[in-house]
Amino acid sequence: MSISLEEIQKISLLARLHVSAEEAGQYAVDLPGILAWVQQMNKVDTQGIEPMAHPMDASQRLREDTVTETDQRSRFQSVAPSTEKGLYLVPKVIE
Amino acid sequence: MTAKWEAVIGLEIHVQLATRSKIFSAASTAFGAEPNTQACAVDLGLPGVLPVLNSEAVRMAAMFGLAVNAKIAKRSVFARKNYFYPDLPKGYQISQYELPIVEHGQLEVVSDGGGRKIVGITRAHLEEDAGKSLHEEFSDQTGIDLNRAGTPLIEIVSEPDMRSAKEAVSYMKKIHSIVRHLEISDGNMQEGSFRCDANVSVRPAGQEALGTRTEIKNLNSFRFVERAIEFEIKRQIRVLEDGREVVQETRLYDAGEDETRPMRSKEEADDYRYFPDPDLLPVVIRSEVIEDIKRQLPELPAEKASRFRLEYGLNEQDAEILAMNKEVAEYFEQTVRKTSADTRRVANWVTGELNAALSVDNLDITSSPVTSDMLAGLLTRIEDGTISGKIAKEIFRSMWAGEGEADSIIESKGLRQITDTLEIELLVDQVLLDNPVQVGQFKSGKDKVFGFFVGQVMKLSKGKANPQQVNSLLRKKLQ
Repeated sequence: MSISLEEIQKISLLARLHVSAEEAGQYAVDLPGILAWVQQMNKVDTQGIEPMAHPMDASQRLREDTVTETDQRSRFQSVAPSTEKGLYLVPKVIE
Repeated sequence: MTAKWEAVIGLEIHVQLATRSKIFSAASTAFGAEPNTQACAVDLGLPGVLPVLNSEAVRMAAMFGLAVNAKIAKRSVFARKNYFYPDLPKGYQISQYELPIVEHGQLEVVSDGGGRKIVGITRAHLEEDAGKSLHEEFSDQTGIDLNRAGTPLIEIVSEPDMRSAKEAVSYMKKIHSIVRHLEISDGNMQEGSFRCDANVSVRPAGQEALGTRTEIKNLNSFRFVERAIEFEIKRQIRVLEDGREVVQETRLYDAGEDETRPMRSKEEADDYRYFPDPDLLPVVIRSEVIEDIKRQLPELPAEKASRFRLEYGLNEQDAEILAMNKEVAEYFEQTVRKTSADTRRVANWVTGELNAALSVDNLDITSSPVTSDMLAGLLTRIEDGTISGKIAKEIFRSMWAGEGEADSIIESKGLRQITDTLEIELLVDQVLLDNPVQVGQFKSGKDKVFGFFVGQVMKLSKGKANPQQVNSLLRKKLQ
């Protein structure tokens, strides 16, 4: 299985990773190797087996609908790079 | 729309659930708090936190599913929907993908011709809401308020079964009415508790294959949904008739310009790379629990409308209008209980005078200045003959203006209906005496003049004479 340079670019964009052209070339060689290794799994006959959503054989525990959290904004915002008027500030995002 | 083209519409409706705490954390969901005071470590996606599912959100989603005759999944799975946006701190939204909690429902809506049609509900899944981005306040930065992050939502996805903007609005109103009746959401559109994305495409009439669709995002009023879809259908027809192709894209509706415009595209945004969320185990609902929720379902709008027809003898249209809104239905039934007046008269007043006055003043029925007690008092006085229907409308306006209850207004303004035969006879005699020409016309066979006499007597009595008595006395005198 091969992976094109465009695919490498797309994946890195989706993951917000900066990948240089040089690195992309290396990944185009390395990633197919990893995928081929994982692809061995395809040999297993999974007919009639329910897809596993979670490795633990248990179901989700539910909590009561009660509010127990208190306002800790100042603590959380003390580690934020930039805040104002109670808001977290980030570089301008425009729709 | 030209008969040559057929529109195909599907809706995705996001409904905020009325839980006290968030879907995966114990922070409050109350609207309007100071920014970020209701965003806890889980909502912020800080390292090491674990989501724990709110049982009430699960129950509410199941209630909705049962209300639209859907299948409730005994086992459903949460998945991560991956995308980057600053109001989504984790870099993914916890949603459901392959195994949603609700599937295969249906809903009867009013079709274009005024008849009925069934709209399929593909699925409804549980997910968390994102925070809010405030672009206006800062010049080169965006402010992020994460109070809304983690508020439980159900996203209700319809089949592409609607064929006009009106049908889409009818469907949306029914969904709104159902979630309000179930009390699983406040349905407040201004606050964003109920919002909708519309998928719109057109195809040549008679063609099976669907045309290329566009998605109109974030419509938060019934009127905007209708106008945005109408605009979009016309736009796509124009594009196709010009021999061009519709581009699959996301568009935003600009209410000021009444048009849709392409949204600046987030590159590659459509690749969400869903996968099961390893932080959450599959949600299992036992059939006994589903049965239990089913038993506790309140009366739904459609059931209520048919009960109103049977119990109160209302026609289909009145029954449906009254049953659509829970508070209106309660107001109507409270009024019925407090008066001996005919139930159809009560229905007429609630859907007529009261409804008109509410919309003029842009008020909700729960804040109506005329309470159900007051309306019942007024209608009782029509029923027992104290006042005429016409005077009642005058009294209604006085009650609306805060002048008190019907009985005190009738007394203070002297509006009691004149039913004393002698008194009416005097009025009749006066009118006949004052209008000898018309009397002559009547006697020479011009029957139409009769209405003129009735009008004059009513005018002379300032609307207070009993119309039936006026009629019969006039007949007698003119013979």
